[in-house]
Amino acid sequence: MTVSIVVVSHSEKIADGAVELAAQMAPDVMILPAGGTDDGRIGTSLEKVLAALEQAGGQGGGQEDGQAGGAGVAANGTVVITDLGSAVMTAESALEFLENPAGVLLADAPLVEGLVAAAVAAQGGADVQAVRKAAEAAGGPAHPAESAASGAVGPVTSAAPDSAGDFELVNQAGMHARPAAKVAGGLASLDAEVTINGVDGASMTGLMTLGAGKGTVLHVEAWGPDAERAVEYVGGLVEAGFGEP
Amino acid sequence: MVLDANWAVKWLTLCAQAMAEHRVELIELDRAIGDSDHGENMDRGFQAVLAKLGESTPETPGAALKMTAMTLMSKVGGAAGPLYGTAFLRAATALGDSAEVDAAALAGALTAARDGIVARGKAESGDKTMVDAWTPAVDAARAAADGGTADVLGVLVAAAEAAEAGAVATDPMIARKGRASYLGERSAGHRDPGAVSSALILRAAVGAAA
Repeated sequence: MTVSIVVVSHSEKIADGAVELAAQMAPDVMILPAGGTDDGRIGTSLEKVLAALEQAGGQGGGQEDGQAGGAGVAANGTVVITDLGSAVMTAESALEFLENPAGVLLADAPLVEGLVAAAVAAQGGADVQAVRKAAEAAGGPAHPAESAASGAVGPVTSAAPDSAGDFELVNQAGMHARPAAKVAGGLASLDAEVTINGVDGASMTGLMTLGAGKGTVLHVEAWGPDAERAVEYVGGLVEAGFGEP
Repeated sequence: MVLDANWAVKWLTLCAQAMAEHRVELIELDRAIGDSDHGENMDRGFQAVLAKLGESTPETPGAALKMTAMTLMSKVGGAAGPLYGTAFLRAATALGDSAEVDAAALAGALTAARDGIVARGKAESGDKTMVDAWTPAVDAARAAADGGTADVLGVLVAAAEAAEAGAVATDPMIARKGRASYLGERSAGHRDPGAVSSALILRAAVGAAA
């Protein structure tokens, strides 16, 4: 079983729609919507969030580990992604009511981009911490030039990378949403800092701002224990055209 | 004089009455600087509390407040749900299973409620939120309780008066939290609806004890 995800939105339609979108890219991940109030208005409901968390937590435990999957006892963990302010507060309140909130993590991430990145990471077998990291990286700097100028990419870029590689995009559509989600989702579960043409490789939105089309060469640099695996992972995906024509 | 479960039930009933009476006023306040749903949400939330009280009678003040917390968090919908829900939940935890509440326990419960709101909403004094009603109320309640001369009614009156003054004091503030913060300086000149509903809740507590 993979990490499960709960989506808390003020709008039932937003939660349902975001789940539908993410499920396309992560068919094996349990993604549950908790949108709107009990009576279908705009708002958030503690009962809905608790019900979703219980369902998400109940799934893995009993089947795989032989443990009872009670409220919030998620065998593989659950990541909660929220929209505006009170959705965050309702999710936090729900954790206060859970008997064992340890496996439930709140992600501070943009709802749609964060959810898709998290779902792809979960689909790839990432653990609960890595799924949250994938979601939060999706909110990374949208303008790579600005972050590079302010040095926000971090101190790692001043040292020579532990591994690097150049790969040419061969698929027709280039680095669009689905490939960006695959790259970012996979990298989020590795212990490595990765830049691709200067942007954070774990940021789906960062990768999409590259506007890299077919024929563009991606320069991948990686630092950390998993640096080599990270470069191989990106190279493998790019050379296979992300499984697309 | 002590406060018991009957007081708590009467308090919550008067809260529901106050939210129904001030529904339009709260909507108007929220329309100016928010999303105009506060009056509607608070009315719905406390009507749901009233319905729960009709189903079963809580045995302690703490039990009544815990039921209120769950109900508000599930029925209010807006930010006030988790904020007031957390306030009532923390107050209920502070009171525990006690059948009666004295002045010191009351001041402690009010403090726990305020701390819950601050923990949940991350607002500070001066941010133009319900905290600007609660913090003066808690300070006044503690001062009254610590003085040793005030009974529970005296503590409640001190809290309600300070909350009402605190709500009025939000008029010139510039909102730094919640939906109103998007308005920036344009939020000045309007009273914060959450501070007003907080004062109504604390005033209802006086009515129930009087």
